[in-house]
Amino acid sequence: MKRLLSVVAVLGVLAGACTAGGGTTSSPVETVNPSGSHTPVTLTVWDYFTERELKNLTDVLNRFNAQYPWIDVKIVPGKQPIDFVRGINSGETFDVGIDSESTNVPLYCSTGGMLDLAPFIKADGMDLGSVFPSAALKYTSYQGVQCTFPLLTDAYGLYYNKDMLDAAGYTEPPKTLSEFTDMAKKLTVFDPDGSIKVAGFMPLSTFYENTNLYNGNAWGTQWYTPEGKSAFATDPAWKQLLQWNKDLVDFYGYDNLQRFYQQLGGPNSEWSSAQAFEQGKVAMLYDGEWRGTFIRDDEAKIEFGTAPFPVADDHSDWYGSGQVGGTVVGISRTSEHPAEAWLLVKFLTTDTKAVETLAELLGNVPTTFDSLNDPKLSSDPQFKPFLDIFSNEHSYLLPLTPAGAAPADLWADFQGKWEAGKVSDLQGGLEQLAAAVDQQLQLG
Amino acid sequence: MAAGVSLASRAAAVRRRRPRRVRYHLVVLLFMSPWILGFLGFILYPMLASLYFSFTKYNLLQSPEWVGLFNYRFMLQHDSLFWQAVRNTVWIVLFGTPIQIAFAIATAMVLTRVKSGSGFYRTLFFLPTMVPAVAAALAFVFLLNPAGPVNTILRFLHVPEPLWFASPQWSKPALVGLSLWGIGETMIIFLAALLDVPAQLYEAADLEGAGPWQKFRYVTLPMISPVIFFSLVIGVIFGFQYFTQAYVASGGQLHLGEPQGSLRFYAVWMYQQIQYTHMGYAAAMAWALFLVVMACTVVLTKTSGRWVHYQGGR
Repeated sequence: MKRLLSVVAVLGVLAGACTAGGGTTSSPVETVNPSGSHTPVTLTVWDYFTERELKNLTDVLNRFNAQYPWIDVKIVPGKQPIDFVRGINSGETFDVGIDSESTNVPLYCSTGGMLDLAPFIKADGMDLGSVFPSAALKYTSYQGVQCTFPLLTDAYGLYYNKDMLDAAGYTEPPKTLSEFTDMAKKLTVFDPDGSIKVAGFMPLSTFYENTNLYNGNAWGTQWYTPEGKSAFATDPAWKQLLQWNKDLVDFYGYDNLQRFYQQLGGPNSEWSSAQAFEQGKVAMLYDGEWRGTFIRDDEAKIEFGTAPFPVADDHSDWYGSGQVGGTVVGISRTSEHPAEAWLLVKFLTTDTKAVETLAELLGNVPTTFDSLNDPKLSSDPQFKPFLDIFSNEHSYLLPLTPAGAAPADLWADFQGKWEAGKVSDLQGGLEQLAAAVDQQLQLG
Repeated sequence: MAAGVSLASRAAAVRRRRPRRVRYHLVVLLFMSPWILGFLGFILYPMLASLYFSFTKYNLLQSPEWVGLFNYRFMLQHDSLFWQAVRNTVWIVLFGTPIQIAFAIATAMVLTRVKSGSGFYRTLFFLPTMVPAVAAALAFVFLLNPAGPVNTILRFLHVPEPLWFASPQWSKPALVGLSLWGIGETMIIFLAALLDVPAQLYEAADLEGAGPWQKFRYVTLPMISPVIFFSLVIGVIFGFQYFTQAYVASGGQLHLGEPQGSLRFYAVWMYQQIQYTHMGYAAAMAWALFLVVMACTVVLTKTSGRWVHYQGGR
C-alpha cells in the first residue's frame, strides 16, 4: 500500500508539473495611453461567432482598428465555452475571449482564468453602475470579481399570435400566470381523436427555450440559500412552479404533448422555418428576443406580438421582468498584451456605436444604458419589450457557481420526471434534488 | 597451458561479442523508439496522470488539489445520476450485446444459404456499417419519429405507435434496433466462421439423424464459439463505452440523457462531468469504468474454457 501511495505521489508531482497552476494574482496593471505613439501589436480574439455573425463582428472590429491603428486583431472563430477553459489550461496564447454564455464566469473569476478587470476599471475611472444594468453586472462577475463584461444579451419574454388571440376574444396578452393558463387552454384546439392540433402553450420543459422559463423568474424562485446551499426543498416557489407545470401538462396529456412535439420536428425544428410558433401550431411561446428576426427571415405568415412573460399572481409587481443573460468578454490569463486587450474589451462592450451596431446586426439586446436608447431598436414595437425586460430591476439570470451547468442540468432532469408523472413524493424528490445539487457543488 | 589459452581466447571472444550484442539491442531500440515514445507520451503518461487526477479536485484552471478517495466515495455513495447511468449502461450491455450477436449469426446463416447473388446480399448487409455513427443515429431519429415512416406503417396495421426516442420505455430498445442495422462487421466475421465449419461434420450429423436445431446446437455453435467469444468481449467493451448514438438520439448537447435520464449512459454522464470541468471526478469515473471493463474481460476469458471450442485444441 505504501508503495502504491508513493507511486501516486510521484505521479502527482509529474502530473502537477504538466498542468495549469495559477489562481488570481493581483499586480498593478499596465495601461495604454491611446494618444501616445505605439509599437504595433496583434491581438488574438477567440470568439464563438461564425458565418454571418462573424462578418458582423469583423466589421465592428475594423472600426476598432481605425481607432487604434497600431493594434491588429486576429479572430479565431467558432470557440465553444469549454474551448476557452482548455485554451487557458494548455497555455494557448489568446488575448480576448468572447464566450457565448456566462456559465463559466464563476470558474473564470474564481481561478483568474480571465483577468480581474478591477484594476483596469479603476485606472480608467469607470463607474460600472452607470454603464451596465445591474442584471448584466451580476452574470459577468462572481463573488465581487468582475472578470468579464457583457456583450449583448438575450432577454426572454412572451410571443403571441395576434390572430389567434383576437379570434378567442383577447385584446391583450396575459399578465399573470392564472390569466395565461386560462388563455392557453382556451386557445388550444384538439383533433377529433384527442390529439393536439394547435397548442395554446407547450408546457413541456424540453420544448425549445422552456428550460429558461423553468429557471423560475416568473415565480421568483431562489436557487440557493444565503448559506450557499440549494433552496429547491426550502423555497415554496419551486413547488408552485412545478404544480403549474403539471396542471398544464395534465390538461394536454403527457404522451399527447410528446407526440405533438415530435410531429412538429422535435428540438431541431426550433432553428428552422418548421418552428411551431412560426407555423401557427402554438399560440403563445416563451422565447428570446432573436425570434422576431427569425420570423421575419423565415417569412412566416403570422401576425405576432411580444410582451414580458406573465408572473405569479401574488407577485404582480414583477411583471415586466424576465430572464436575461448572454455573451461575455474577458481578457485571458494567457494574454501577452493585456493593456491593449483591455482597450478592445472596453471598445466592444461600452462603445455605444459598436454595441448598437452589433445589436442591430445580430438582433440581440444591447447591454449598456446608452445603447438601450438606440432609436432603431427601441422604435421596433416587437423588440422594445425585450429592451425593457433587460433593464427591469427584477430581471436576472439564475445564480452561477463554479459547478457550471450541473445544478441546472440536475433540475431539468428532475422536472422531466415530474411532468411525466414519475415523482410521487414532491417534497421528498425536491429534497433529494437539493442534496444532489449540494453534492455537485462540492466537486466544482 | 592450452586450457589457459583457450579460456583467454574465449573471454576475448565474449568481449568482442558483447559490444556487438549491445549494438544489436541499440538498433532494435532505435527502431522501436517511435512506438516507445508514443506509448510513453500518449498512453502511459495520460493514463497515469488521469489516475493521479482521480484523487484530486481539478477544474483545469487551477492546480489539482489532493482529495484522496473523495471522488470515489462520492461516486458510490452520493451521486444518484451515477447509478442511473450505470443501470442504463448495464441494460445496453446485457440486452444489446447478445441481441446483436444473435442477429449477426442469424443474418450470416441466411447469407450462407443464398445460392445466387450472394456477393450482392453480403454487400447490401455490410453497407450500413460504412455509414458514420452520427448519420445512422440521425436517420433512425427520423425513421422513428412518432410521425415518421415506421409509425405510419404501424398505424396502417393498427398496431400501437410508440414514442420511441421520446419515451423512456422505448428509447433504449430503439437504440438496440439502431445497432442491429449496423451489425455488418460482426456478420462478416460470423459468415467467415460459418463457411469455415467442415462440411463432413454436418454429414456425420446427418448420418446420426440430427435435425436442423441439433446440427446448429452441437455442430455450428461449438465451431463458431471462438468468434462468439471475440464478439462478446468486443461488444461488452463497446457497450460500456456507449456514447455517440445516445448523444444524437437524446437531442444533442442541450438534452443529454433525455428522455427522463433513460439515455444517460456511463460515458454520457462522464462527458457531462468534463463539461462541468469536474476533471478529477471524471477521471475517477474513467478509472472505475476501466476496472469494470477489465474485470468483465477477465471473467469472460476465464470462463471461456467451458464453452469456447478451438479446432485442434488451443
